[in-house]
Amino acid sequence: MKKTISLDVNGATYETAAEPQDTLLDVLRGNLRLTGTKKGCETGNCGACTVLFDGNAVDSCLILALEAEGHKIITIEGLADASKLHPLQQAFIKYGAIQCGYCTPGMLLSAKALLDRLPRANEEDIRKGLEGNLCRCTGYKQIVEAVEAVVRGEFK
Amino acid sequence: MNKFSVIGQSVPRIDGWAKATGSAMYTDDLSLPGMLIGKLLRSPHAHARILSIDVSKALALPGVKAVITGNDPVTNKTTHWRMRPQLADMAALASDRVRFLGEEVAAVAAVDEDTAIEALSLIKVEYEPLPGVFTIEEAIAENAPRVHDEFDRNINPSVSLPVSYGDVEKGFAESFHVRTDKFSTPTVIHAYMEPHSALASYEPPGKLTLWASTATPYYLKGDVAQVMGLRESDVRVIKPYLGGNFGGRNVPFALDFCAGLLSMRSGKPVKITYDRKEEFNAAGRRHAARLELKTGVSKEGILLAKEISVYLDGGAYNGFGPTVTFLSGLYHTVVYRLPNYKFNGYRVYTNNPIAIGMRGFCGPQAHFAAETQMDMIAEDLGMDPVELRLKNVIKTGEIVPTVGVIKSCGLTEALNKVSSAVNWSGRPKEKGTGKGMAITCFGQMSGANFNFYNTPYAYSGAEIRAYPDGTLTLFSLAADVGQGSDTLLCQIAAEELGLKIGDVRFIGNDTAVDPVDLGAYSSRQTMFSGNAVLAAARDLKQQLFEAASPKLETSVIHELEARDGRIQVKGSAKRGMTFGEAVMCVLRAKGGKEVSGFGTYTPRGKGTATPAVGYGVAAAEVEVNKETGVTRVTRFTMAHDCGTNINPMAVEGQVYGSIQMGLGYALSEKLIIDKGRVMNANFLDYKMPSTLDMPEMVSFAIDTVDPEGPFGAKESGEGPINCVAPAITNAVYNAVGFRVMELPVRPDDILGLRKDKKG
Ligand code: FES
Ligand code: FES
Repeated sequence: MKKTISLDVNGATYETAAEPQDTLLDVLRGNLRLTGTKKGCETGNCGACTVLFDGNAVDSCLILALEAEGHKIITIEGLADASKLHPLQQAFIKYGAIQCGYCTPGMLLSAKALLDRLPRANEEDIRKGLEGNLCRCTGYKQIVEAVEAVVRGEFK
Repeated sequence: MNKFSVIGQSVPRIDGWAKATGSAMYTDDLSLPGMLIGKLLRSPHAHARILSIDVSKALALPGVKAVITGNDPVTNKTTHWRMRPQLADMAALASDRVRFLGEEVAAVAAVDEDTAIEALSLIKVEYEPLPGVFTIEEAIAENAPRVHDEFDRNINPSVSLPVSYGDVEKGFAESFHVRTDKFSTPTVIHAYMEPHSALASYEPPGKLTLWASTATPYYLKGDVAQVMGLRESDVRVIKPYLGGNFGGRNVPFALDFCAGLLSMRSGKPVKITYDRKEEFNAAGRRHAARLELKTGVSKEGILLAKEISVYLDGGAYNGFGPTVTFLSGLYHTVVYRLPNYKFNGYRVYTNNPIAIGMRGFCGPQAHFAAETQMDMIAEDLGMDPVELRLKNVIKTGEIVPTVGVIKSCGLTEALNKVSSAVNWSGRPKEKGTGKGMAITCFGQMSGANFNFYNTPYAYSGAEIRAYPDGTLTLFSLAADVGQGSDTLLCQIAAEELGLKIGDVRFIGNDTAVDPVDLGAYSSRQTMFSGNAVLAAARDLKQQLFEAASPKLETSVIHELEARDGRIQVKGSAKRGMTFGEAVMCVLRAKGGKEVSGFGTYTPRGKGTATPAVGYGVAAAEVEVNKETGVTRVTRFTMAHDCGTNINPMAVEGQVYGSIQMGLGYALSEKLIIDKGRVMNANFLDYKMPSTLDMPEMVSFAIDTVDPEGPFGAKESGEGPINCVAPAITNAVYNAVGFRVMELPVRPDDILGLRKDKKG
């Protein structure tokens, strides 16, 4: 049975109807058409579906949409200002941290959660902070370098 | 000094903004009004006869709009093998027999996913299970059950012919030392992060648009047309952004056909997307291999003869396997000089899911065996393994019978570069200290010369349109699968026409719009598509020069150049006009017809297998914990000869990604398959390297210029993976003192081997 829920996503409120078993990932991608959040495994093992949930990076495939009511959700579509890319986005582009781009939205949000918590994160912190995000293309090096560049303040 | 303006620059990828903001659309992100969701019914048996299929209950379920099975008129075989139709062995859906667990037997389209899944459960299939074969050994046994009735011992003799040159027997007879070794490599999976997806929209009376996660849109168009009974160009394939490939999207899968057929049947757009379990169970994978190498050397360490026998677990159908089989021998001939060579390769049918090409196209299997054995030979001879390699590596200008002239080869330089970077000569030579280092070489083709599809088109085509505002549109069907080919092709166009990368718009990925290009496999986009783009740019430039030259009062157009956004007399910016003004001259002269250049590339007469070979050398440094058996790669160094390095940042990305995938191959990745059932079909149990597993990585570019490549460039996407695993396992040998002949080398293997050694 569908139930109407209200979600706070990227600062806007969305009313939508969801089944009790629908995941937040499904509702973001399906109902709200926010397809920047990616689906890689649906079992919480790849991080492609990472969103910010009250500021923490979580796998949206493991959260029921109903549970997300009353929480602040940020997806990749909400990372940039209207006028300007987030420093992490600028750094990912500049440092070659993006190849196929499928892991990128999740990677960026995990990095954002990390830097919000640890603005001076070092290489080891960054590696640990991104451990749950699988990337099959890059070998992670340019991703870590991009985050380091943001820590250094190279992007505003 | 860089003589280029755009080539050689670490230009950020042109799709960076789209991908960083989440606005890049991948296939499953698309949706159309009235779209249905499709699902596939898969066989629960690895080998069985299908006695009957009853879909009546599924069809009666409210919300179900279409159901198809292999008994519908869709029995045309699906294949890239137009040139050798005897290799076509798989239908879009199984009809009378299933040959692997997970093989598709029916497909449904319904108003939503839940209804589609329920409908699958209402389809009744009666099976009669048959005995199966699940390993190479089982499959080739006398009187083994047959996967395909016509092939005794499960070998299709037309898959691969023996290849030889020289006289190996003579070579062995003249050798000072001969050794024979057996190696074994596992089945591993591409595991690109984006699962397969296909969205089809059929419009009567006979046009189909298919958005698909494919790396070869041109082949897919023909394959789908054939199965659906349409004319080839009634099918339009569009490749949205693609979430990785690594060879996993070079062959069509059931969803590509079924989406189209279901759309035709239901009159609605239909989307089918695999979940990760389907990827693990039923998508392609790398061939497991058993390799036997017999190699003879002189007292001085010169290779005199090599005889190779390879058995590959092909799974139930051919896929791209015949090419993989052929290439499994070829790699042995392009790295070291071999006067006498003999290769026998067998691809064996089993009741496992289909093995296809995967990054390196059997290069990693071949190199694991070859590079391990090189170290063994060096030890036998009491010779430094790097010295042994330096004595034998191919040099620029040498002729390799299986390929032709090697027009550029940076192996010697790369060996020297890497040895000095890791202080090879100063390394501790003692074995068994828990620390080890090793150096290995690789070679990889820059695009395949084979025309297995029997295409009448050039292998790569490109068109460039130019506008009076000084911008270009570049049309190419090259497939950016994440490797960055779109950006690289724009760099080539901009360089040749004296423009900036921002002046070029790339319009690709659409078979109804772009000139034919065979797509992304065999590391061909730089060499083949790049050359086509370069030819198109030259064609355009010629037209601009012809129109500009009278106005600039030069009689000969070779006095002109395209540079800094201008068409001008060489070296004299004053005597010129802007690029846009030159375009306007052509436009006027042609009465308003679009100003456009065309180019193609087909490597006729450019070697038998490939027009050029990419090379490189790697060094692995490892630490092995002797108590836990855990291997840590502490540093990995790679020097890569990819000819002219068109985009250093992108090439480094390919190198680092190859190191990551090779590291998984060496130490952790393996599909555990029990009687055809994949037991670790998820990212928790199938262990790919994460951020924490990666070593420090160092990448060097070795400068060569390949005369065949665009601006001298050759491959970089695949080759580097080839020598990663043997570098690591040879280093493990030096760290622990006993040798691993089978991948991957997991902690238990190390502890077990240690026991063997003691016992
Ligand atoms: S899709 Fe959620 S972790 Fe993979
Ligand atoms: S860029 Fe392809 S998965 Fe990370």
